[in-house]
Amino acid sequence: MNEEVLLRVRGLFKSFGGVTAVANVSFDLRKGETLGIIGPNGSGKTTLVNLITRFVKQDLGEVFFKGKKISHLKAYKIAEMGIVRTFQIMRPFYTLPAFKNLIVPLYSPRVRKIGGGKLGDRDAVAIDILEEIGFERDAYVPYKMASSLPLGYLKRLELARCLALRPEVIICDEIFSGLSMAEIATMVPLMERLQMEGKTIIMIEHRLRELFRIVDHVVVLNFGAKIAEGLPEEVIEHEEVKKAYLGKKGLK
Amino acid sequence: MVTKGKRKERLDRGLKVRSEGVYAIASWTEAMYLIAPRLFLILAMVVIPLVMPSIYHKRLICLLFIYALLAISFDFLTNYVGLVCLGGALFMGVGGYIAGSLNAMLGLPAVLTIIVATLGGAAICTILLLPCLPLRGIYFAIVTLVYPLLLGRIIEATRILGGTDGMPGLSTYPSPWVDLYLVIGVTAFLLFGLRRLVNEDIGLVFRGIKDNDQTVTACGVNITAYRTRAVYIASAIGCFAGAYLCHLYGWVGLSFFALDFSIIPIAAAIVGGMGTLVGPLLGSAIIVPLSEILRAFGGLRIVFYALILILFIAFRPEGLMNYFQRKYAQFEHWIEV
Repeated sequence: MNEEVLLRVRGLFKSFGGVTAVANVSFDLRKGETLGIIGPNGSGKTTLVNLITRFVKQDLGEVFFKGKKISHLKAYKIAEMGIVRTFQIMRPFYTLPAFKNLIVPLYSPRVRKIGGGKLGDRDAVAIDILEEIGFERDAYVPYKMASSLPLGYLKRLELARCLALRPEVIICDEIFSGLSMAEIATMVPLMERLQMEGKTIIMIEHRLRELFRIVDHVVVLNFGAKIAEGLPEEVIEHEEVKKAYLGKKGLK
Repeated sequence: MVTKGKRKERLDRGLKVRSEGVYAIASWTEAMYLIAPRLFLILAMVVIPLVMPSIYHKRLICLLFIYALLAISFDFLTNYVGLVCLGGALFMGVGGYIAGSLNAMLGLPAVLTIIVATLGGAAICTILLLPCLPLRGIYFAIVTLVYPLLLGRIIEATRILGGTDGMPGLSTYPSPWVDLYLVIGVTAFLLFGLRRLVNEDIGLVFRGIKDNDQTVTACGVNITAYRTRAVYIASAIGCFAGAYLCHLYGWVGLSFFALDFSIIPIAAAIVGGMGTLVGPLLGSAIIVPLSEILRAFGGLRIVFYALILILFIAFRPEGLMNYFQRKYAQFEHWIEV
C-alpha cells in the first residue's frame, strides 16, 4: 500500500504504579483506513486511546501525525489538529439540550478556522448534524435535555460531537457497548457511511462480529502488549489471540 | 404486586409553553408572562431606595447590593463555570486598595479610580489565581481563600498602604442618590448581561466546562484559557464592589480583606437559589437586613443567624428563586399511581 501514513504510533509505553497498561505498542494508520483495536478486558485499549489523544501522558514512545511529532502536545491541541475521540463512558453536557451540546465543538478554534471565521447559524448546523446521525427532528429529540436521553442517543451524541469538529481521524471507544442488537444495526451503516466519506477511523470494540464487518485491519492487545496485527480473518486464526480470548484450555 | 398511592405530578403551565420562542409576541398575556417578572425586578430596584426613610437605611441598601454583586460573581463562577470560588474578600480587597491608593496618592477622581480598579484589579486577581486554574476540585477554593489572608498580612507587616490604619479621607460620592443608583444600575446591568452571556456561545463553553471539562478538551478547546476569561469577569465584578465601597466609606483598610466578604455571599446564593443569577440578589436582600435585625440579640446574633441558615439548607436546599421559578412555570397536582 502506498497511501499516506496519517498516524504513526511508535513504542508507546505507560505504566500505572506497578501495572503496565500499555507496553511498546506500535502501528501505522493510513489515510481512509479503518483500524480495529481489540483485546480482552483490561488489555490497555482505552489507555492506548488516552495516550494518543494525550488525555494521559505516556512514559515512553512517540506519535506522529502527518509526519509531525504530536506526542508532546496538550490534549486540546491534538483535538484541534483533527484527531478526535469519543469517550467509553459518555460525557455529554447534561445540563444542556442535545443540540446545544454541539455548540462547543462548533465554536471551537478548529471549526472556526476551517469555516474561515464565518459564524453562521450554529444552532441550525448542530440540528442538521444530529438529524443526520439519527436524532429525529420531527420528534423534537435534538431539543431534549442531554440528561433525559437514553443510552443509544448519548452514544450518537458522542459521535455527533466528533463529526461537528470535522475530524481527520475519529477514535471510537466502544460505541457499540451497552447497545441492543437493533441499535447496533442502525449504528453500523452510520460507520460505513463515514468510511465511504473517506474518514480515517480507529474503533475499539468488544463486539467482534460487528467490528470485523467494518474494519480494514486489526491490532490485538493483551496485557498492554500488541500480540497480533493484520486482516480480520488472519487475526482471528492467530494462536496468541485464541489463547488470550479463550484461555489455554479453550484451545483443546 | 400492585401498590396504590398518590404521587405529585408537575406539569408546565400552558402559558409557559405558549410563551416560548416567537409566539411570545402573540398576545399581551404571553408577553406579560415573560416581561412581568423582569419588570417587577427593575421596578423594585428603582423604587426601594426612594422609600428608605433614613441615611442608615440607605447605607444598608448599598451594602446589600455590594453583597449581592459578590454573590452574583460567586454564583456565576460556581454554577456556570464550575470553579468554587471563596475569593470575595480577595476581590474586595484588591479593588478597594487599588481605588483607595489611586485616590489618596495620585488624587484621581472616583470615576477614574473605580474604572481602573475594576479592570486592573481583575487582571491582578486573575494573574494571582492563574497557577491553580488547570486544577480541578477543591484547590481553587482553597487558594482563593488564602490570598486575602496573605495580602492582609503583607499590608499589616510592611505597613505599606496605610498599614493597620488603612487610608482615610478618600473622596466620596456627591449625594446618597448617586451612591444608591450607581450600585443598583451596575447590578441590574450585570444581572441581564450575565443572563445573556451564559446563553451565548462563550457561555455555553463555560457551562460545558462545568458539566464536563474533559469533553470540552476533546473538542479542541483550551479550558484554562476559558477559565481565565471567566475568572476575569467574576473578579471584575468583585473588584468593582471593593472600589465602590472604599469611596462609599471614604476609607479603605484591612477589613476589606475580611472573610465576611467571602462567606456571606455564599450564604446569600444558597438562600436565594444557586444557578439563577437573580437568586443571589434575593438572598442578599434577605440575609443582609436579617443580620442587621439580629443585632438586637447582641451576643446571640451569630447563633440565630446560623440557625436560620441551617433551617434554610435543611428545608429549602434548592433556594428561594428556584422554588419561585418552579411555581411560576409549573403547576402540581396529585395523581394516582
